[in-house]
Amino acid sequence: MDNFFLVIGLILGFLSLLALYRAIFGPTIVDRIIGVGVVGTNTLVILLLMGFIYKRIDMFVDISLLYAILNFIGVLIFAKYFVRKGVH
Amino acid sequence: MVIAAIALISMGVFFLTAGTIGFLRFPDFYSRMHATGKCDTLGVVLSLTGLALYNLHYGLSLASILVSIKIIFIAVFWFLANPTATHALSRSAFESEVTPWTKDGRPVIEWPPK
Repeated sequence: MDNFFLVIGLILGFLSLLALYRAIFGPTIVDRIIGVGVVGTNTLVILLLMGFIYKRIDMFVDISLLYAILNFIGVLIFAKYFVRKGVH
Repeated sequence: MVIAAIALISMGVFFLTAGTIGFLRFPDFYSRMHATGKCDTLGVVLSLTGLALYNLHYGLSLASILVSIKIIFIAVFWFLANPTATHALSRSAFESEVTPWTKDGRPVIEWPPK
């Protein structure tokens, strides 16, 4: 079962790299913001998988919850302050 | 229970993969948002449900049930939070005049919107 979690984690890490391409070379600011959001989403699942691999899920579930809340608030604040009228 | 967990995690990773492929290949911002906003939400909810089921197979003690409830709480929070963030980002993109893409370059609505 640990090998299954490791393969799933590697797939999600590769998907994070693909989303990081859009976050770096995205044509508009909102593309970069949503790219960072997708990387944060994959990190949320990877942290729980790491908790199952290291057998310390009771510790990693709190870190994952923290990442979820920080990602949500971060995207909201980016959407409010980084995107202005005519700047995109 | 382990087989159900493997099936749920695999379905979740499939949805995350489909969302990321759509995020890379769609032509403009609104269709990219269409791909990631729904596929990421469903993928994370399915993956975390599978992980909570897998956590219960160690034995039904109080600690493992609490950890599973916490994982389900993350899934419910993400199910509420990610559409909200998507809506806020899409609205601010609409107000900063990012034009939607069409095949022949004509605007689909009257611009700027009233």
